[in-house]
This record gives sequence, C-alpha cells and structure tokens, in this order.
Amino acid sequence: MTTTAPAAPITTDRSPTKPPARRGPSSSRRRSTPLTIAMLAVLAYFLLPLFWLLIASTKSTQDLFNSFGLWFSDAPQLLANIKETFTQDDGVFVQWLLNTLLYAVVSALGAALLAAGAGYGFAKFRFRGDRAAFNLVLGAVMVPTTALAIPTYLLFAEAGLVNTPWAIILPSLVNPFGLYLMRVYAQDAVPDSILEAARIDGAGEARIFFTIALRLLAPGLVTVLLFTLVATWNNYFLPLIMLNDPDLYPITVGLSSWAAQAQNGGAGASSDMLALVVTGSLISILPLVAAFLLLQRYWQSGLAAGGVKQ
Amino acid sequence: MAVTTATSAKGKRRAAGPLFVAPFMVLFLLLFLAPLGYAAYLSLFQERLIGGTAFVGLDNYVKAVQDPLLIHGVGRVALFFVIQVPVMLLLALLFALALDSGLLRLARVIRLGIFVPYAVPSVVAALMWGYLYGPDFGPFAQLSRNLDLPVPDFLSEGWMLSSLANIVTWEFVGYNMIILYAALRTIPPELYEAAAVDGAGAWRTAWSVKLPALRPALMLTLLFSIIGSFQLFNEPNLLMKIAPDVISSSYTANLYAYSLAFTGQQVNYAATVSFLLGLVIVIASYAVLLTANRRRTP
Repeated sequence: MTTTAPAAPITTDRSPTKPPARRGPSSSRRRSTPLTIAMLAVLAYFLLPLFWLLIASTKSTQDLFNSFGLWFSDAPQLLANIKETFTQDDGVFVQWLLNTLLYAVVSALGAALLAAGAGYGFAKFRFRGDRAAFNLVLGAVMVPTTALAIPTYLLFAEAGLVNTPWAIILPSLVNPFGLYLMRVYAQDAVPDSILEAARIDGAGEARIFFTIALRLLAPGLVTVLLFTLVATWNNYFLPLIMLNDPDLYPITVGLSSWAAQAQNGGAGASSDMLALVVTGSLISILPLVAAFLLLQRYWQSGLAAGGVKQ
Repeated sequence: MAVTTATSAKGKRRAAGPLFVAPFMVLFLLLFLAPLGYAAYLSLFQERLIGGTAFVGLDNYVKAVQDPLLIHGVGRVALFFVIQVPVMLLLALLFALALDSGLLRLARVIRLGIFVPYAVPSVVAALMWGYLYGPDFGPFAQLSRNLDLPVPDFLSEGWMLSSLANIVTWEFVGYNMIILYAALRTIPPELYEAAAVDGAGAWRTAWSVKLPALRPALMLTLLFSIIGSFQLFNEPNLLMKIAPDVISSSYTANLYAYSLAFTGQQVNYAATVSFLLGLVIVIASYAVLLTANRRRTP
C-alpha cells in the first residue's frame, strides 16, 4: 500500500543530493547522447506549432502572408496586435477571457469539492447502497461528455437554462473520474486512526472533514481541480451549443467565431482579423500553461494515484 | 455507558456517509442520468408535418442504423481510432520509457515540453495546425515553394484524416505519457535489482518488468482514447471552416448529431443519434476491457 500511496516520487528524481540507491539500474549508467538528441527532436515537434504561434502573433496579417512563418518579419508588432485584440468589438475579447475564467474557476472548485466529499464518503463510510451507487458513477466514466451534451441541451432548453452561465457550469460540476480518483486517494491519504482519534475528541463529522480530511486530500483535490479547470477552459462543444449571446461566450467559442470571420472576410474589410485570431490564441493558452508549470508537483502525483491503482 | 456511546457514534457515522455522498449523487442524477433518460424518451417520438409529435417506438433507431451518413461517420471515427490511438499510445509509451530510463539529459525540460500541448485548448490547436497546414502562409507550403517542390495539400480529401490524427496526437501524447511515466516511477526498486541479478539488460527489463507493471495505466489511457476518438468533434468542426469541401456536416458521428439538432432541427432524431453513439462507445469500452482482462487471466 505504501508504495502506491501518491506521495510525490516523481518530482524528487534527479535531485543531486539524493543518494542514487532508489533508481536501481539507471543511476549507475551514464547519460546517453543519441537518446537525448532523439528526444530533443521529438520535443521540437511538440514545440514547433507553439513557436510558430509566438512568431505569428508578432506579425500583421500582410506579414503573415509575405514573410516566412518560422521567423520574425521586418516589422514586429506584438504589442500593437495585443492592443488590437483587446479593443476589437468594444473589448469583447476581455469579456470572453473573464467569462472563461468565471466558468472554469467555479466549475473546478465545485467539481473538486463535490468529488472530494463523495470520494471521502465512499472511502471511509459503509452505508446501504454505497457499492451500487459507486459502481453507477464508475460506469458513467465511459459515457462520453459530448454524447451527453445534446441531451443536456434539450433538457436545459426545457428548463430555460440555455444561454445562461449555468448551462456551462452545471454540467462541469459532475466529474465521475474525479470522484473515482478522490475515492482511491482518500483510501490511503486519510488514515482511519486519525478519524477515530478526532471522533473520540468529540469532533463532528463535518468538522473532521473540513479541518482534517480536506487537508490530507489536498494533492488529489488539486489534481481534480486542475483537470476540471483545463476541461472547462478548453470546452468548446458545450458552450457552442448552449450559448448564442457573444457576451457569454468563453474564449474558445469566441476565437472560433473570429476565425470564421477571418476566413469569410478574405482580404476584404476584415483582413486584419487573422492577426487577431493568432494573437488571441496565444493569449488564451498562457494562463493554463503557467498553471500547469507552477502546480506540477500536485497534478503529477495525483495522476500517479489514478493510473497505478485500478 | 461505553457501549451505548460506541453504538450511537457508529450510528452517526453511518448517517454521515450518505450526507457526504449526496451532493455529488444528486447532481449526478440531474445532470448525467436525467439527460440520458430524456434523450431516450425523445428518441421514441417523431415530429410529423401533419399531426405534430407522434410516438413511433423504435422507428428512429431502425432509421439510424440504416442511415448511410451515420454509418459513414461512425466508420470514419472507427478508422481514426484504429490508426491514431495505437500510434499515440505507442509514442507515449516510448517517451515514458525513455524518460524513466535515466539516460536522458534535460529530462525535465523534455517531459514538460511534450506535455505542454495538453494545456492548449483543442480549438487553438486546431486553428494553429489548420494555419500551419494551409497553402497560403503555412510554413510547409512556404518551404516547398522556396525549394520548388510540389506544395503538400494537407487539407485535401486524401490527407484530411491523417491531418486530424496529427492534431489529436500532438495534443494528447504528453498527457498519456505523463500517466505512464507516473506509473513507471512507482515500480519498487527491488524489482529492478532482481532483474539485474538475473542478468537482464535495459530492453529485457523494459519488456519483462516495466510493461507488465504498466498494465493498469495503459488500460486507463486506452479507455480515455476510445472515448476521445469516438466523440471526435472539435478538430473537424474547426477545420471544416477552412476546408468545407472536404469535411461535410456528417464527417464524424458527433458532427452529424450536432448538425441534425442545430441545423436540421430534427431534435428527436438527434437525440437518437446521440444515444446510439454513447451506446457504441460504452460497448467498445467494455469490449476492450473484457478482452484485456481475459488475456490477463488465461
């Protein structure tokens, strides 16, 4: 049990002070230059589109056509592009960013808390029907969210929830895989002995959960939080069908509507739309990339827990 | 005294369990099972020009399984699944093994760099690759023109499925790699020591120690990949705008359900198609799980 407990074995690798005993076969061997070069070539493939995006967002639409895509043009204008992006259509891009932030943060916090509560409940309590209820949710992991989206739209249309922020937030709150992950996590991370001790001290169940269990569940909680955040931030299908008011659009639907304008406009009046789509794309990916880099300890160990035990 | 407090505490414990589970379960019923139930209900009706909505039993399903547009859509994503998923998972596995081998310099940079595309919204990924593929200012076209080579048309009929597969692979290799890598890191060192004592080399260790230990993680990534490829929508929906002649509104099953509901206004039939698609995915997932489990216990 202890070997699979999702402490963070991942991030502690390669630390120079660590005794080399842990990595049995590898530590005694030398680094391989050919393998490193091969993997750097692989890395180049994954970073190339992002490099292109970075370069492209410094160009005017004319320069996109007239200069080589993988290098800067003679007249870089990143700041002008950013300004254009933020002021186009009375600053609708800022509105989209704020909408995305709202949908993603509320969904992620809600989904993580709900999954933590339920995961803790299933892991640490026995009650009638617990197994059946858990298996029901587990089966739902396989139901694809987009196959669910159109039925949800039809239901929300009846309930008058279409074209409101709730149409995006509510469906994102239920994360069956998050529940599974939290249950696996709670099993090991919250020892029964601590719960018993707290109960003997007379603490109520709610207080035990919020003051003790939640803290122990933190790495798993951050994992679910981060992955729901990404899922909602990147969600396209659901907002595409749920919303038709541009002021409610998240960044994905907004950018795709700009891209369609750029495509239809051709070289005519909206010819500078293309530069805006490119710059807007760059801006939209920065927050998530930053979040992942800053929180890597948490999500990597959390993922380890989900992948190891099944 | 002690006995009574123990039982009452236990009673309270049993009561607290459902309370922790309830908020999630209530939303699960409302937002997961209710839409499915409603779609199933809607799929039993048809809107007629005369006489409004009428109960038609399973007529919609009979129509759907004979609908060439739906069959082609499902066939296309099945083909996509058969080709793209093995390539993606094999690459993820190779990269995870390379990272875990301890032979790499810059391993941390490489790991995070390969993972970064996962944080890019699929809309942005599709837009970006769409521009990269494009004949006007895509760097591939620019390079070929400069070198007087024929310009590759990645957005043509023959290339489109591969171009889509490349986008999806680019997005998700890193995610799968991280799951596999995380699983590799939890293999106890004693196993490696035992393998070394038995004289196993790096490849032998990878084959006999690491791969078996990766089984649950591989199943997880496979399961997510089935779900992901059968509901393919975002990438074709965005490339449709730059290649409308190649990607029709029924290019994938999900795209078809979308256009039925929102362009065709055929709500009942759209519900049927969604429901069927969900069913296909669940069946495919279980089929894969069962085959894998059977092989584990011969």
